[in-house]
This record gives sequence, C-alpha cells and structure tokens, in this order.
Amino acid sequence: MSVTVSTTVNGDSVDFVCAPDETLLDALRGRLGLTGAKEGCGTGDCGACSVTLNGRLVCSCLVLAVEAEGQEIATVEGMAAGETLHPLQRAFIDHAALQCGICTPGILVAAKALLEKTPDPSDEEVRYWLAGNLCRCTGYDKIVRAVQAAAAEMRRA
Amino acid sequence: MPDTLPFPPRMGSNAGQPLSRRDGPLKVTGAATFAADNHPEGMLYAVPATAAIARGRVTGMNVAAARAHPGVVEVYTPANRPPLMHDPDEKLGLFGMRMEALQNDSVRYAGQPIAFVVAETLEAATEGAALLAPEYAAEPARVTAETGERYTPERVGFGGPLSVGAGDIEAGLAAAAHRLETRFETPDQYHNAMEPHALVAQWDGDKLTLDTPNQAIVMACGLFAAYFGIPAENIHLRSPFLGGGFGSKAVPTGAQILTILAARELGRPVKLALTRQQMFGPVGHRARTWQTLRMGLDGAGKLTALHHHSTGATSSFDDFIEPAAAASRTLYASPAILTTHDGIRLDTGTPGAMRAPGEASGSAALEVAIDEAAEVCGMNPLAFRLANYAEVEPITGKPYSSKALRECYEAGAKAFGWASRPLAPRQMRDEAGMLTGWGMGTAVFHCPMFPASAEAVIRADGTAVIRTSGADMGQGAWTALAQIGAAALGLDPDQVEFESGHSHLPDAGVAGGSGHTASAGQALHNAGEDAVARLAELASTDPASPLYGTGNAGVLARRGRLYARDDESRSESYAEILARAGKPQVEGTGKGARDPASAETYALQAHGAVFAEVKVDPELGQMRVSRMIGAFAAGRIINPKLARSQYLGGMIWGLSFALHEEAIHDRRTGRIVNADFAGYHVPVNADVPEMEAIMIHEDDPHVNVLGVKGVGEIGITGSVGAVANAIWHATGFRPHRFPVRIEDVLPSLS
Repeated sequence: MSVTVSTTVNGDSVDFVCAPDETLLDALRGRLGLTGAKEGCGTGDCGACSVTLNGRLVCSCLVLAVEAEGQEIATVEGMAAGETLHPLQRAFIDHAALQCGICTPGILVAAKALLEKTPDPSDEEVRYWLAGNLCRCTGYDKIVRAVQAAAAEMRRA
Repeated sequence: MPDTLPFPPRMGSNAGQPLSRRDGPLKVTGAATFAADNHPEGMLYAVPATAAIARGRVTGMNVAAARAHPGVVEVYTPANRPPLMHDPDEKLGLFGMRMEALQNDSVRYAGQPIAFVVAETLEAATEGAALLAPEYAAEPARVTAETGERYTPERVGFGGPLSVGAGDIEAGLAAAAHRLETRFETPDQYHNAMEPHALVAQWDGDKLTLDTPNQAIVMACGLFAAYFGIPAENIHLRSPFLGGGFGSKAVPTGAQILTILAARELGRPVKLALTRQQMFGPVGHRARTWQTLRMGLDGAGKLTALHHHSTGATSSFDDFIEPAAAASRTLYASPAILTTHDGIRLDTGTPGAMRAPGEASGSAALEVAIDEAAEVCGMNPLAFRLANYAEVEPITGKPYSSKALRECYEAGAKAFGWASRPLAPRQMRDEAGMLTGWGMGTAVFHCPMFPASAEAVIRADGTAVIRTSGADMGQGAWTALAQIGAAALGLDPDQVEFESGHSHLPDAGVAGGSGHTASAGQALHNAGEDAVARLAELASTDPASPLYGTGNAGVLARRGRLYARDDESRSESYAEILARAGKPQVEGTGKGARDPASAETYALQAHGAVFAEVKVDPELGQMRVSRMIGAFAAGRIINPKLARSQYLGGMIWGLSFALHEEAIHDRRTGRIVNADFAGYHVPVNADVPEMEAIMIHEDDPHVNVLGVKGVGEIGITGSVGAVANAIWHATGFRPHRFPVRIEDVLPSLS
C-alpha cells in the first residue's frame, strides 16, 4: 500500500509516495534524495535526523512520512541560499565545530531553530538546547562558540 | 594559536597553518556522501536478525513466515548460506578477527547475527527479521569476572608482549618507606561512532563496488576479497567520509560479508546499515579490565617499585586483551617496573581497538594510583609527578626522541591556576555551595607508523594532484594530508587536488594508532619531493633555463617556482619548465614507514598534562566537570585548528570514561541492558564545559621526517585521571571504578 503526501520541502512544493509505515527520515533520504539528515539511532536520542516541521524541531526518525501531509519541512539542504552559506554553516567551518560531519546537519537545523526562537541565547541555553544532538568526535564547546558567533552575526544583520 | 614556525625548514608555509577543513562546505550543506547515503537503482535492504541469548544454539526459526512477508526477497540462515572462500572462524592477517557469517547454528554472544533478511524495503526486511522468532537451546551466560574463564593469553593488543619489566619489584617494595596496593575496574565501552556501520555492495561480473566507511581502505579490500575468491584490485572500496570510526571500522564484519554475498546471489545492489542496538556486539568494543597497581615509595616521594597488572576481558572464541598495563612502561621513573597481563573469557563479542587502546584504560588506573601515592607522601600531585619524571624511558633506558612533558606540566598548571590548589581534599566550595576539586593527570601515547605510499603529479599548468587512499573519519585527513603534500610540492593547498578516500589509489595504510598523518603524510611528503626533484632535473639540465647547472638538489620549491638555493634571483615556474621540456607532467612517488633505526635508538612517545575542575553537589552527589585544560606536546603540528579538535575530543572522551560510559550486562541472559543511546551514556553538549588545549612546541628530528607524533588519542589518557582526582579533591572519596557513579561518592558526603 502506498500513500501520496503533499508537502513543502525547503520552500518548494513536493508530492511524494510512501508506505504508511515509513518514517519521514526514510522518505526524505530514500524517496526525495535528501540525504543530509542521517539516522544515528532510530530512537530519537541522537538528533542526527533533525528537521523542522512548520518551524518545530523534530527527530524525523520518530515522525511518519504521512504525518508531514500539508506541512512545511525544512532540512539542512535548505539552509544555504544558493552558493551563499548560512551564517551558522560558515561559523561551524570557521570554529572547527564539525569533524566527521555526520551529526552536523542535525545540529545546524537544531541551532537554526534555536536562534529563530532565541536570537541572543546564553551559552547555557545553547548547551541545553543542543543536548539532544550527540557528537561523538566530539566538537562540544566549539559548537557553542560557533552558534554564538553566528548568532552575533545574525543580530547585526 | 601555538607556534607555527615552519620546521623542518624545507617544509613550506602552509603546513603548520590553522586552515579550516577542506571538506567543511560539503559537510555543512548535507552534500557529503556517507556510505548509507548511496542508493543505487534496484537496491535491496538487508537486516540481520540477532541472538537474544549469549551462549548456546539456535534450534529453530520461522523462516517460512519471514519469506512469506510481502517484500522479503531472501532469508539466509546457516542452512542455506552460500559458501564463502574463507572460513569466518579463521583470522586473516594481523588485524583480522573471527566473525559470524552464519557458518553454524552456535551463539557465542547476545546480539550476534543468526540470520539475514533481504527485502525490497527496510521496513519489510526489519519485519521479516522479527518474524523469524528464533528458538534456542541456551546455556548459562558467562558475563562476569566470577563466571568467565581465566586464562593466560599469548599476546596482548595486536601482538604485544604479555609482560615487560626491569629491576626487582619485590626488592623495591621491601626497601620502600611507603607501600601502596590499589585496584581498579574499568567497564565495557562501545565505540558508538555516530554513523552506524553501513555497506552498499554492487557486483558487476567479478568486480565489486563497496560503499562503506573504512579506516584502512586498501587493507580492507584484501580482507573482503579473500572471502569471495577475487583479487583485491577487483574491489573498489569508496570511503570518502567516515562518520567516526574510533577503531571500529577497520576490519570486515560478518554482516558486511553477508551483504556482499547477498548482492552477488541476488544480482542486485544491497544496502546494510546496522541499527544502533546492533552495534553492541559484532563490531568491537573496549573490554573491561581489572587492574592492580603495587607501588613502593621512598621517603623523598620517589618510586622504588611499580607493578601494574591488568586482567582484560575477551570473548570466548577470540583474543583481544587490552594492553592496559603498557601505560606504566614509559611514564614514570622507577628502578623496578613490571607490567603484566592475563585474560578472562566472557560470552561477549570480541573486543578490539577503541580510541587509545591500552593507554586509555591503563592510564585511568595509573594516574589515580599516582595521585594516591602523592597523597601518601603528602606531596602536591604535580610535584610528585615531577619528582618521578622519567628523563629516559625507564625500562629500556632509551632517550626520548623528544619529550616536552615538563613544559606541558608548566603551561597547563599556569593556565589552570594550579599553584593555589590546597593540598588536602574538600577545602573548596563555589558560590553555590558546590564542593570543588582540582585534579590532574599525565597524558601519554605512543607514535606508531604504518607502511604507506603515495603519488604526486605536477601538471603543465603548474598545479598538482596528489594521491593516496587516506581515510578521513573526522580527524581531518582531507586537509592535513593535503597541506603536507602541498608543502612538499612548494604549492598552496588550493593549487593541489587531493585524490583520496577510495581503494584505487596508493595504500595510505591504517587511519589508527594516531599514526595516519605521520604515515600517509610522510608518503605524500616524499612523493612531492620526488616530483620536485624530477622537475628540477629537467630545469637544471636545460641550458635555456635560469636554473641550468644547479643540480636537482640545488633548488628550493616555493609558490609554484623553483629557485636556485644559493641565488634566489634565478628562478622559473613549474609551468615554464614543463612547457619548454614539452612534457604534460612530472610524476613522483613516495613511501612512509617507521625508520627501524630510530625506533631502535629512541623511545617515541607523545606527552601531555590535563587539569580538571569538578563540582560535586554535596546533597545529591551529582558530579560536573566545570573546567578542563590540557597541554600537549606531540611533535610537529600540521594544522593547529584540526589538532585542537582532536585534543579536545580526546579530553571529552576522557571525561566520558570517568563519568558516563558503561555497557551493563544482564547476568542472567548475558544481554546488554543499555544497548542504545537512551541507556548507554555518552556526553552531550550540556555535560561539557569550556575547554582549552595548549600546544607545546616540540621539534623531533627522530620520530619521522615530518616530526609528527600524532594527536588523535592522547587527549583521553590523562583526562580520566584528572577528572577522578578532582572528584577526590572535591570530596575525599577516591574512585577505583569507572564510570564514577553518584552512589559511589554519596557515602563520603553524609
């Protein structure tokens, strides 16, 4: 059995067909070729699959693809404006806030969601907001520095 | 930023600079392709079914139900698994391990693959595996020290000696003013790279393409090929990015072999991606140790004897004993040192190398024991370590190729403010009333190298391409190796194309043991110098060149030009030299390997000193690391920005070892009860404070031609002890078991 789902993905209208038991993560990766979101655990513990649904941060491994019907999905692939990287993306590179990079898409999506809610977070707020995004390499602290640098740049803009 | 003076001077200006990683833009946009991101046309999904018992046999499975599930294409069990050209129970090479590829119905640990389902979708394969509902004839699980079989292994680690020592321990203890015997337990830890072990296999006749993360790309092709009876060069293994490895992604595992087999049998590409839960068993771990340290101390606080014994756990069917006691061989001076090992066989998967194998567990015990010795002597822990500073390697008497540990102690202590530390524990509280303690540990890691080779080609337009099968698992090989290659070629990194990350390239050796930058880097360095020498040969033999007559040793390569060494007004660009010679390119090759003479003459070790502040809630016993500073001396630093990440990452692994990580077995079933990220604790952003890594300059002309020692693992080693010793200083409770738990410290608080 398959279901047609109509959504907006990174600003574009997208219809896709999926199975009713398929996760949003698998649909994004397998059906739409958006492989930026990763599966690190499948249980909502690691945050590598983070995307936003209508602006709300979710673990896409815990959302069924059919639940995205009529919703706006934002993934890491939509962060840069063409060739121009988002300030968070630039700051992560500049501050060495990524290493192997597999957790990075989820952390960037989560950090963007934080800054949209809280443009001037404390270090503590960043640490706790991103506590659900595991990095094993581990880039902690540098990640906080990068988010703060991007936040400062975005406040100036 | 640390000193980035070019050393040796023949290296150009880019090596030593804190460049941002070259793969950064791909990784922040989601465009970096990891193995599981590959989705070839017609691909099937494979899911292993795993054992729910720890020892015994599988007596039945409902294969019919699995096969009948819509979308299931094939179900493999020991009854129908097609033959392999190599017995999965035979070890291949130095790094090969026994694996489970459905060779029989036995179960030797919980989580072992016992069947393999291939289906049109991941959901169908997962459901098919669940429908198998295996039945077992179970035997009692042996997952504790009491139930495991104690034995004497032949070797520890990868072929290391069981026992190493010098001097008379008993005489040293007898002569001591103070004697100390102290015991430690370290837990099972699992690598848990964020990227699960994945593999996409595609056959084309007898040619095989593998997309899989691997830390030893060319070596792995040889191992994979052996199971399928094809030449290694028939395999194209693509591993441009690894989502972390930490030692768990070097040798093939059973599920990977079965994936390749299924792809061949079914004539379609097949993808495997282990679930997080399936990574607790068949892909290695850092095994438990039980360690005992016996120390003798004279009246001045100097060691008279140091005996470090470690009992390591391994599986019932293969051997990997953590070489934990090795940490005591090289760090502190003592007239008598003995390091010994034995083993216990348990019904677990076989352990393996996990970031800083040996040193991580061993130094955790040693650094706490050293602090206890300092306490017995009434000495400041730093003063005690300095009193026992090894000027030469204690057991061998060899000089160190370089050793700036004293400078590490000094710089770290100064940055931390160690001088104002009260000697006695439980003297400090912060403004919120938290018990506050300061601890330190010495970091040490050896500097292995692996045979590596590389090519460098200077092209007609004056740019270059360098080639080696490097593995970037986050440490920064794409960047640091390119910097080394570019420096040798006298070019900026952006003029150098770097082909890496797949197997149809010269063998870059193993990305492990903190030896990749040194090994593959030396190969690239030599290849670059070889290409420059060939270019210089063209110029110096060409009467029309301003460099005519210089000889190929009489030139310097810089910024795409060759200069006469003794007269820099004479120079010519690479493009001009090649154009006049009518050549499209010149090619150089190079190798990297340890010089046996330097290994024979010198002790080769990187060092560091880590300082930690821990705050303990006096009512709840909750422990938080609030500050951590490490100072490290690891030879020449190719890229301080990336090296800093490695140091900090290692220190956080140390914090994690001290406070978080432990896989816990159920004694009845033998299963790991916390085999996922909900139960297996790794640190998160909220656990980690502001941290600093200080780089201490070290010129090492002996360790290798680059002077590089390696930075990937050392950060863990002093850090576990630093955190544990800070807990003691905060509370007066001395940890002897890791991770330190709230219930351990609570009694000392009431």
